[in-house]
Amino acid sequence: MSSTSVGQSDQSFKRLLARYEPVIGLEVHCQLNTASKLFCSCKTEFGSLPNQNTCPLCLGLPGVLPVINKTAVDYAIRMALAVGARIREKSVFARKQYFYPDLPKGYQLTQYDLPYCEHGSLTLDNGRVIKIERIHMEEDAGKNIHGDNASYVDLNRAGVPLLEIVSAPEMYSPEEAVDYLRKLRAIVRYLGISDGNMEEGSFRCDVNISLRPRGASKLGTRTEIKNVNSFRNVEKAIAYEILRQSDLLDSGETVRQATLLFDAATGRTQMMRSKEDAPDYRYFPEPDLGPLFISSERIKTIQFLIPELPEARKKRFQESFVIPEADAAQLTEEHELAAFFEDVVRLVDGKVAPKIVANWINTEFLREMNNRQAQWASPILSAGDLAELLRLIGEGTISGKIAKTVFEEMIEKKVSAKSIIDAKGLVQISDTGEIKSVVADIIAQFPEQVVQHRAGKPKVFGFLVGQVLKVSQGRFNPALVNQSLKDALDGDPKS
Amino acid sequence: MAGIDPIQMSACAIASAVNEGSIKAADVVSSFLQRTEDLHRELNTHVFWDKEAVQNETEKQLDYIEAARRAQKYLPLAGVPIAIKDNIMAEGSIVSCGSKFLQNHRAAFDATVIKQLKQAGAVLMGRTNMDEFGMGSSNENSAFGPVRNPWNRSHVSGGSSGGSAAAVAAGMTTLALGSDTGGSVRQPASFCGVLGLKPSYGAVSRYGLVAYASSFDQIGPIGTNARDLARTFDLLRTHDPLDSTSVDTSAFEKTEIQLERPLKGLTIGIADELLQEGLDEDVKKSFFESLEVYKELGCTIKKITLPNLRHSIPTYYILATAEASSNLARFDGIRFGVRASKPGASLKDLYAQSRSEGFGREVKQRIMLGTYVLSSGYYDAYYAKANRMRELIRRDFAAAFEYGVDLIATPTAPTTAFVLGQKTDNSLSMYLMDIYTIAANLSGIPALSLPIGLDRKGLPIGLQLMGKTHHEGELLRSAYQYEQYKRWTERPKF
Repeated sequence: MSSTSVGQSDQSFKRLLARYEPVIGLEVHCQLNTASKLFCSCKTEFGSLPNQNTCPLCLGLPGVLPVINKTAVDYAIRMALAVGARIREKSVFARKQYFYPDLPKGYQLTQYDLPYCEHGSLTLDNGRVIKIERIHMEEDAGKNIHGDNASYVDLNRAGVPLLEIVSAPEMYSPEEAVDYLRKLRAIVRYLGISDGNMEEGSFRCDVNISLRPRGASKLGTRTEIKNVNSFRNVEKAIAYEILRQSDLLDSGETVRQATLLFDAATGRTQMMRSKEDAPDYRYFPEPDLGPLFISSERIKTIQFLIPELPEARKKRFQESFVIPEADAAQLTEEHELAAFFEDVVRLVDGKVAPKIVANWINTEFLREMNNRQAQWASPILSAGDLAELLRLIGEGTISGKIAKTVFEEMIEKKVSAKSIIDAKGLVQISDTGEIKSVVADIIAQFPEQVVQHRAGKPKVFGFLVGQVLKVSQGRFNPALVNQSLKDALDGDPKS
Repeated sequence: MAGIDPIQMSACAIASAVNEGSIKAADVVSSFLQRTEDLHRELNTHVFWDKEAVQNETEKQLDYIEAARRAQKYLPLAGVPIAIKDNIMAEGSIVSCGSKFLQNHRAAFDATVIKQLKQAGAVLMGRTNMDEFGMGSSNENSAFGPVRNPWNRSHVSGGSSGGSAAAVAAGMTTLALGSDTGGSVRQPASFCGVLGLKPSYGAVSRYGLVAYASSFDQIGPIGTNARDLARTFDLLRTHDPLDSTSVDTSAFEKTEIQLERPLKGLTIGIADELLQEGLDEDVKKSFFESLEVYKELGCTIKKITLPNLRHSIPTYYILATAEASSNLARFDGIRFGVRASKPGASLKDLYAQSRSEGFGREVKQRIMLGTYVLSSGYYDAYYAKANRMRELIRRDFAAAFEYGVDLIATPTAPTTAFVLGQKTDNSLSMYLMDIYTIAANLSGIPALSLPIGLDRKGLPIGLQLMGKTHHEGELLRSAYQYEQYKRWTERPKF
C-alpha cells in the first residue's frame, strides 16, 4: 500500500487521475430536527444527560408499539419535493435485524424495498445533474460508551428520525462529491428540516468509491467508507481511497469489495469488514406499523411550505441584483446568509449597489463572523447596522477605507456607525474649496513631481493624490481629490 | 342478592350487585382471593401468586369502586375479579411471560387493556401461567411448570392462555384475559369448558401485550358466559392511538345489546374437508349435535369449502416464527431480563449465553425456525410464499362470507384435553392441535369458543364460531342463544 500522503504529491495525484476515473456515490444520513423521535414522543435534543430522553418505547421494553411521528413524515416529504423526487403513495417500514447493545429492540426500523421517495436529482456548480436514487426514513441507534472496565449505553439518540439520501454513483472527483454534499446540506437547512451539523453527527456520510481506467464504461469494484464526519474528511478519504485502489490496480491486484472506516487522525481508511462478512439483516415488513400512506393532498399542502431553494435563489440574485455567479453562489449557500444579504440590500434603499453589498458581506462581514464564531441567531452586526454603514459610504459621508475601521469598531463597541463617525470626526470632506487649497499646497511642495507628471510619467499622479489624502487623514472625498488635482495640473481653464 | 356466593355469580351479576350496593366489592374480592389461595398450587394457574400482595394492590381499586358507587356512577365491571395472562403489562407487577428470562421484569407501565379494565371497575386478580411467550398449546412450555386441567388434574389445560382458562373454570376468578396468536384463548377455553373470544385483528389494543407474533396477536376475554364476554369485549374495543394497528370501531354497535336478537335467518357454514382425519369421535358427535341446536334456533347450515385452510399450519409456523424471532431479539441480557451467569469473554458470548440460558426449548426452536425463514436466500421460498398463502386463506374466508354464510363453525380443537406429557416429544402433533384455530389469526377474523358438552372421559368439548371482521356481535349473540337454549351449567368438581 502506498504511503504517499495527498498533500505532498498533488502532481502525481493529478497524473493518476489522468489514468483512472473515480466513480463516487454518497449515502447521507441526515437527522431531522423534529422535536420528538420518530416513533415515540421523547425529545431529540443534543447534549442531554445519558438516557434522559428515553421512554419504554425507545428503551425497547417489551410490550410497546411504535407510532409514526407525522411531522417527521412531513419533513421527509419536503425533502423529496426539494429534489424533485417521486413520492410513493404507499411505502413500508421494515425491520433491519442485528444484535448490538445500542440497538435496544434488536432491529432498526427503516424503509427497505419500498422507500417513500425515489428518483430525485441535484445540480452541481459545474452544471452536472446528479441523480438521487432514493430517500428513505429510518430511526437512529443509540451510542455505546466505553469506560475502563465497563461499557455503557446511551439511548438518547435511539429512535431519532433520519433521512437516508442515496445518490447514484455519478460523481467523478472528490470536488464533485464535496460540492454535492454542500448542496444537499444547503437544501436541508433551507427547508428547516435539519441543522446539517456534521460534527454533532446530524449530517453523516458514507462514501462508495471505485476506480476504472479513463474511457472504460464498466465500473470497478467499489469499497464503502463509513461515517466520514466533515467535508474536509470526505475529500481526504476519497483521495486516500483513490491512491490505495490505484496502487492495487497498478500492481495487478484486484480491489476487494469491503466496508472501510476512515481514521481522521491518520487520514487513512481501515478494513471494517469484507463482503463475505456482510451481515444478513433479515429484513421483513414491520407488522406493528402497517404501510405508510402519503396522499396527494398532503403533498400539495406541503408543497406550499417549500421555500425558494439555493439554486433558484442564486439565479434570482444574479439576475435581479446583477452580481456575479460566484458571489451569488456564496451568498446563497446558507439560507440565513442569503436572507441577511437581502435585508441589507433592502435597507440601503438603492444608495449602494448590490454588488458592493455582496462584496462587503462575502469578505469583511463573513470574515468577522467566522473569526468571532458568531451564529446567525446573533450575528456580529444587525442588517440595519451594516446597511447604515454602507449607506454612509454610498452617500459619500465616509470613504470605503474609513468604513473598514468604523466596521471593526462597531463590532467591538456595539455602537452605530454614525456615533463613531461623529465622535471621531470621520466625516468625509467634500468641500471643494478646502480640497483645492490643499491641492495647491501639495503642488507647491512637490514641483519636481509636477514636472515629471507633465512629462507623462504615469505613477506620479497617484503619489500626489496620496499626499493630498494624507494631509486630510483620509477624510477628503477621493473622487473630488482626483478631479481637483487633475484640474490643477492640467490647467483647467476655469481654475 | 346477598347470601349468594360470588364465585357462582356472573360478572354482570356481580357488577349489578356492587353498583346497587347489595354486595361489597371488598367481599367479592376476598372470596376470590381465598379461592385462588386454596387452589392455585394444585392447578398451577398463577405465577408469583402472593395473596397479600394482590390484596394490597386491590385496595386502591376498591376505593375507586366505592367512590363511584357513592357518586352513583355506573361501572360496567364494578368489583369483578379478572386474572391477567402474564404477558400483559400491569405497572409494578412482575411480567414474566412464563419465561425464566423475565422472572425479575417489573412492568413500567399499564397496558391499554389494563387501564380500560381498571376504569370499568374490574379488580386485577393475579397473573396467570402461560406457555413461554405464548408459544405452546398445552401450557407445558411454561418455565414455571404446566397448568393442570380443573376437570382432570392429569390432563393439560391447553395453551398458551392455560392459566387464565383454568382459573376461570375453577372459579378462582370471574373473568380472565388471555392472548390469542394461533388459538391461545380459544383452545384452552375449550379444554377447560369455558368461553373465550379472539377479537378481530385491530379491535383490541395490543399496547402493553408482549409481542409473540405481532400480525397475529390479539388480547381476548375468557369467561363462563356470553354476556360477560360481550360486556368485557365492548369496553376493550376502542381505538388506541398507541397501537398503529388498532382500528377505529367507535361507530360499531355494542355487542351486549345484540345478544337477545333471534338467530333466525343466520347461515352457518361448515367445511367437510376440515372434519376428516384426526378428529376425535366424541368431539365430532358433539359438534354435529350443536349444529342441531342452531337449526332449532332458526339457523341454516350450509356446506362451504375452504380449500387453502389445509396449509394453515405451515403458513402460520413460518410467519409467526419469523415475527417471533424478531420480537424476541430484545431479550438479549443487556438491558433487562436475566443475563447469563457466566457471560463469556465477548459480546457475542454474552448474547449467546444469556439467550441459551434464558429461553426454553420451544422458544429456541421457534426463534431458530423464524431466523431461518427470513435468511437471505430463503426469504422468498418461505416467508414471501407463506405471505401469499396467507392472502389465499383470507380469500377463502371472504369467498365463504360472500357466498352468504354469516358464521363458520368448526370444533375448537380436534380432541379434548390430552394427558400431560403426551405430546411434549412431538412438536408436530402438538402443532396439529391448532388446526382449527390458526386460520382466524391468519385472516384476522374474530372467533370464539364455547363449551358444548363433555366427552366420555368427562372432559369439555368446545365449538368454534368464526365471523366476519368486526362482527363479534354475531359470534357473541350465537353463543348467548346457545347457552339460553342448552343451559349448560356443568362446572368442574372440587
